[in-house]
Amino acid sequence: MIDRLRRVLPPGAVLSDAEELKPYECDALTLYRRMPLAVALPADEAQVAAVLRTCCEAGVPVIARGAGTGLSGGATPRLDAVLMSLARLSRILSIDPLARTARVQPGVRNLAISEAAAPHGLYYAPDPSSQIACTIGGNVAENSGGVHCLKYGLTVHNLLALRIVTIDGEVLEIGARALDAPGYDLLALLTGSEGLLAVVTEATVRLIPRPQCARVVLAAFDSLAEAGQAVADVIAAGIIPAGLEMMDRPAVAAVEPFVHAGYPLEAEAIVLCESDGTAHEVEEEILRIEAVLRTAGSTECRISRDEAERLRFWAGRKAAFPAMGALSPDYYCMDGSIPRKRLATVLEAIRKMEGKYGLRCTNVFHAGDGNLHPLILFDSNDADEVARAEAFGGEILELCVREGGSITGEHGVGMEKIDQMCVQFGSAELETFHAVKRAFDERGLLNPGKAVPTLHRCAEFGRLHVRGGQLPHPDLPRF
Amino acid sequence: MTDLHSLQESIRAAAGARRPLCIRAGGSKDFYGGALQGELLDVGGLSGISDYEPTELTITAGAGTRLVQIENVLAECGQMLAFEPPRFAGGTTLGGTVAAGLSGPRRAYCGAVRDFVLGISMIDGRGAVLRFGGKVIKNVAGFDLSRLMAGSLGSLGVIAEVTLKTVPRPRAECTLRFAMEQPRALESMALWATRPLPLSATTWHDGLLHVRLSGAEAAVRAARGSLGGEVVSGAEEYWESVRDQRLELFAAGQELWRVSLPIHSPPLPIPGRMLIEWGGALRWLPGPQEAGGLRALAASFGGHAVLYRAPAKPAEGCFQPLPPPMLSLHRRLKAVFDPQGIFNRGRLHPDL
Repeated sequence: MIDRLRRVLPPGAVLSDAEELKPYECDALTLYRRMPLAVALPADEAQVAAVLRTCCEAGVPVIARGAGTGLSGGATPRLDAVLMSLARLSRILSIDPLARTARVQPGVRNLAISEAAAPHGLYYAPDPSSQIACTIGGNVAENSGGVHCLKYGLTVHNLLALRIVTIDGEVLEIGARALDAPGYDLLALLTGSEGLLAVVTEATVRLIPRPQCARVVLAAFDSLAEAGQAVADVIAAGIIPAGLEMMDRPAVAAVEPFVHAGYPLEAEAIVLCESDGTAHEVEEEILRIEAVLRTAGSTECRISRDEAERLRFWAGRKAAFPAMGALSPDYYCMDGSIPRKRLATVLEAIRKMEGKYGLRCTNVFHAGDGNLHPLILFDSNDADEVARAEAFGGEILELCVREGGSITGEHGVGMEKIDQMCVQFGSAELETFHAVKRAFDERGLLNPGKAVPTLHRCAEFGRLHVRGGQLPHPDLPRF
Repeated sequence: MTDLHSLQESIRAAAGARRPLCIRAGGSKDFYGGALQGELLDVGGLSGISDYEPTELTITAGAGTRLVQIENVLAECGQMLAFEPPRFAGGTTLGGTVAAGLSGPRRAYCGAVRDFVLGISMIDGRGAVLRFGGKVIKNVAGFDLSRLMAGSLGSLGVIAEVTLKTVPRPRAECTLRFAMEQPRALESMALWATRPLPLSATTWHDGLLHVRLSGAEAAVRAARGSLGGEVVSGAEEYWESVRDQRLELFAAGQELWRVSLPIHSPPLPIPGRMLIEWGGALRWLPGPQEAGGLRALAASFGGHAVLYRAPAKPAEGCFQPLPPPMLSLHRRLKAVFDPQGIFNRGRLHPDL
């Protein structure tokens, strides 16, 4: 296989030594590590197609990888699969300021698009926390969001067109630079498909005018329920903030010594609510937000006075994940979404699970769009703690589904949440997912074993989705 | 509410006999796409709002629910559907709106129907009820098959229930009018959209550019000051007539072409009247056109042309033809959901 790849790629574009392969053994979900069969580093679309054709002919699976910043193991290698890195397709092909579009290769970093568009007063809105490193190809695969997605949307809302290569090496153009295209909305289908349907070789993204200014309100609350209600009150007042975040007391306690953001340590929850736009607009909106938060019972409410203070208020929230590193050797970041009104119930249940699993968990929350990130603290050198952390995480995700939410708000299913897919979907839906995959990739060679579980796996997992009192998969044998 | 079971039964029976079905509720878009074929499957009974949570920004309703009913309920809580779908004569339903994938004046600035679809329940061609997406704003579990239904014109299955994201109504609105020839209007629309202005709709026709501003009062006031132009009073009626396609231009010819182009495409070298929307990205051409020529022209700019209304349906379909590899992928996807090929035959494409 390695020889066959070397025949279709330039020198140095196929890695096969153990030490060369080592950096590719995992993505940002480091719990799962595997060595790939080989790493292919194509540099253009024709080489991508050649790798795919070669693998297709040999019946060898292929896993596409961007920057490897994904948190769900979507790019975890397999011993029997070629790992194809798109890192060398890293050119910004064009920026058209009046059409407000950027045409980029998949290996372009998310932030690099905004940097290139900045001279025109434009930017690319989705801003996942890893935006300095993550690439647009990976963003498309995961339908990445970010802190500002309540107002500005996810990747799917900011994409116009893709060039994709299918497993048999065929190049297709989907979407259009126009605002719609004939036929099915394949752009929506490809976005978030976790590398199971095709490989992106070019993306045309929408750019929007950069807001002139932004200010943020920091509000403290005596209870999570009150903070949750305050968030609902902001929305009920007809405000869609640019960002709306919440942290619980343990998360605040963890970050404050780390960044000195000035967070009130005695609060049970803090809310950060940002307004952006023109100076006039922000002035008007930020006062309305403050009034709503005060009426909702905020014990302390501060509006950022200048850009430095705004960045300091955000620094704490942005340091939440690294701060966990000071508390614990490892943390496991979960990613469920729930209807916002269920927040207090869900956080209370997570508190109880801390006792059950003997592990601590802090919570940060994209409160505006109901996306919860519980951070489970554990030690990866302790096999029992690892097992308990995984079980704890799984139970949180199942709780999210029970409360009307989803097992993943923005990180994707990957390897990590594949068993919980059996809880969120019934067998008919899972079968449909498999059939859609076969419509693109008949032999199942693209990123196999990720994102969509087999029905057999669901049966073995044993925690099945129960709908209307009926057990799914009645046709399957039970073990 | 029509029993979902009876629809499932009808579908199973039709699939068994490979008998084509024509999915229909309000029938307001019978004119759109290929000619109706098959036995009527009335889904108008799947009606009613089952869940509306203003503070969650979501609404869930049966496919047969009238759009007007949904919008009234939203308006009571100061919310709306951001994509302003056309309501035509009022019989338009939620399911048809999603299936047709048509969006109104706000589309270029806020997004299309598909951008606001969060979840769907549907009946496939085997009669199975499938649920995709959900009732939360962020949800990336599984392939996004609910958005795939938007614009599929019923060719993949029967939409039974939809959850949409809602948005607050803007606090202030103002419409400006400028006397302008087409080239300058196109340049102005493109340029203004690169600035942080609260644009929510633009049209150009008959030498006049209309610009709607929506948002915070301060933002609308400031934008009005910087753009100039003449303030149009009572503009709401005008925008409703654009949205519901009642503006005289929509009926100015027996045929109506809809040309979708990238923003900042030049004027089309075609004589006759024209309605331009979406900052230049949508151009309505009343009257007959030579299909092949118009399609090639639209494609040369990176867009496509649809024969939107016509007294007779052409054999090659109303939409821009799909390249062969795309068509075969469409066939495979259609077969996933509708293996017997019973749903809305020929509506989206003569071969689907």
